[in-house]
Amino acid sequence: MGESVELDRLTMRFGAFTAVDSVSLTIEAGEFFSFLGPSGCGKTTILRCISGFTEPSEGRVLIGGRDMRGIGPNKRPTALIFQNLALFPLMSVAENIAFGLEVRGASREERRRRAEQLLDLIALPDSADKRIAELSGGQKQRVAIARALAVEPQVMLLDEPLSALDLKLRQHMRAELRAIQKRTGVTFIYITHDQGEAFTMSDRVAVMSKGRIEQIGVPADIYDRPQSEFVATFVGENNRFEGPLVDKSDGLGVVETSAGRYAGKLANDRLNVGETVALYVRPERLALGAGADNALAARVTHADFEGAFANVFLKGGDGRPIILHLANDGRLPDLAEGSELTVGFAAHQAIIVPRGERARD
Amino acid sequence: MAELFRRYGTTLTLAMAAATFVWVVMMVVLPYFVMVEYSFHRNLTVSELGGPKDVYTLENYASLFRGTDLSAFEFSDDFRVFMRTIWGSAAVTLVCLLVCYPVAYYLAKIAPPERAAFLLVLLVIPFWINEILRTFAWFILLAYNGPLNVLLKAVGIIDAPVRWLSGSGGVIIGMTYAFLLFMMFPLYNAIETLDRNQVEAARDLGASTWKVHWRVVIPHAKPGVAVGCIMVFVLAASSYIVPYLLGSPGTRWFTQTIYEWFFEASDWPRGSAYAFILLGLCVAFIMVMMKLFKVGLTDIAK
Ligand SMILES: Nc1ncnc2c1ncn2[C@@H]1O[C@H](COP(=O)(O)OP(=O)(O)OP(=O)(O)O)[C@@H](O)[C@H]1O
Ligand SMILES: [Mg+2]
Repeated sequence: MGESVELDRLTMRFGAFTAVDSVSLTIEAGEFFSFLGPSGCGKTTILRCISGFTEPSEGRVLIGGRDMRGIGPNKRPTALIFQNLALFPLMSVAENIAFGLEVRGASREERRRRAEQLLDLIALPDSADKRIAELSGGQKQRVAIARALAVEPQVMLLDEPLSALDLKLRQHMRAELRAIQKRTGVTFIYITHDQGEAFTMSDRVAVMSKGRIEQIGVPADIYDRPQSEFVATFVGENNRFEGPLVDKSDGLGVVETSAGRYAGKLANDRLNVGETVALYVRPERLALGAGADNALAARVTHADFEGAFANVFLKGGDGRPIILHLANDGRLPDLAEGSELTVGFAAHQAIIVPRGERARD
Repeated sequence: MAELFRRYGTTLTLAMAAATFVWVVMMVVLPYFVMVEYSFHRNLTVSELGGPKDVYTLENYASLFRGTDLSAFEFSDDFRVFMRTIWGSAAVTLVCLLVCYPVAYYLAKIAPPERAAFLLVLLVIPFWINEILRTFAWFILLAYNGPLNVLLKAVGIIDAPVRWLSGSGGVIIGMTYAFLLFMMFPLYNAIETLDRNQVEAARDLGASTWKVHWRVVIPHAKPGVAVGCIMVFVLAASSYIVPYLLGSPGTRWFTQTIYEWFFEASDWPRGSAYAFILLGLCVAFIMVMMKLFKVGLTDIAK
């Protein structure tokens, strides 16, 4: 069974550079938890602190409530799956899987039995004596998982383990990883910069930027109720409007933008009238015709018809680009370049967040 | 070859090929042939040349073992020197390996790159100095009243000076030093290419430091170990200057025996035969290492 992992004001500095900045959070036992963030935001560094390869500059890591300070990676109840897998190329598949047992002094029969058991689990029977070089990308991936599971870790740490695979395999492996996690009950801590991966597998997701946690929540929360401009722009596509908050009541607010006045949900209550804020509305939340609360007129610059839906690129009255995802219900309007459209959205479809740094893409 | 023909035309290519051929034959093959020829002759006076004794024979090779009775543990002088050369070279190889492995690992995987580069340069600088001078420096250092004994006595580790240069100690120290880099660089290069994640993966799976090395680093570095061992062994076995300077009368090296047969006894056939026995020893060692470490000739050429 899994153990909980607690980070307590975890800080990691490299010289004057702070790679991880006072991160505090608790990951429940048996949870599938993801860190999502752009390259260089400190995800790997956090994982290395949990696995014990780096001692944090400040703060603590607790696994199952136990302070891990001074405990080496070989003594922690964690198993790390490396970004490049780091399988041992000079050993057979079975030797790889049983390596953790071998160094613990398990007998040859025991090792063989366990390796075969795990090969069954990862649906790779009859591969015990193959060499690593003979395996495909997906198979290597599974062997790495089996090798980590063999030592019966309480916490599995996965550092973008799917990034080397092609799209189809990646999607397949997502389901497989999730299934293995469910079956074993081990706590999974997963690192990725791919939101699809984070959302499909995780119980909860932490979005990171520049060594800090921006937001922690269940995937729907992260997507529907971003708390910062960074999360709103890093996760999924979004249309942005900016201006002073002119009114607020019952968790809703009104923003005076250069395109007009728009109403949306307030991300939090601390936003004050008069403060410049950003309003975000997702492309698929925009609908044709004036919405219940907000409407804007725009001109089509370009449209991609995908079949089931269409991505429409518009230019608003004030010249701002707007993206609109339309489901194809059989009544798509004229999307030729230059056609005029009115789109709208309800207040609860949009979110108002404090102004801050955006993710660049 | 086709590439050369295309680039330089037929005449020039043939001329180059011919020149290379002549060079190889004159400078490399021919001298050996002469030596091989010699080694099967008897050492005769001028008047005996062409006489009944002037025939091809294996006597020169056999003479190494003459007077040797393995069952009675009796060895001829030459054979004893030969045996000492084997175990002495093996000892030098082993010491080099034991000294270089941790250093090479540190340089390749632990030290930050700039420091590793700096230390490598520091290691190389002494080797710009002539081998004789370097060996002589050791001679001075290890001498009975030399700095090492003085220092050890001053610190109180020893009461009386130690005779480092009697027995094989001096020779082994001197050779270890002289050939250290030939072990260091193959090892360093081999360990360098190991993915650091491999080491960390092993560690993460619970391996102790010793297990990490035994199961991951050493298997990966095997070709480097083989190449380093071959180089050091061959250099040690065929070294002349180090045993000459740091050896004592009781610790002659086989190269010295060969030298004596050539230039003191003027018995060139026997000297040649012994030289080929030494060559055979080196080739045998190389083959054993290649078998043992399952590496090919191409790995060694690198
Ligand atoms: N050993 C180190 N010495 C100095 N700086 C480091 C070290 N390790 C990481 N960093 C820096 O810390 C920052 C965070 O690195 P980290 O590897 O945690 O990023 P990441 O989120 O995993 O990125 P990626 O998605 O590219 O793997 C980076 O700017 C990196 O340059
Ligand atoms: Mg990373």
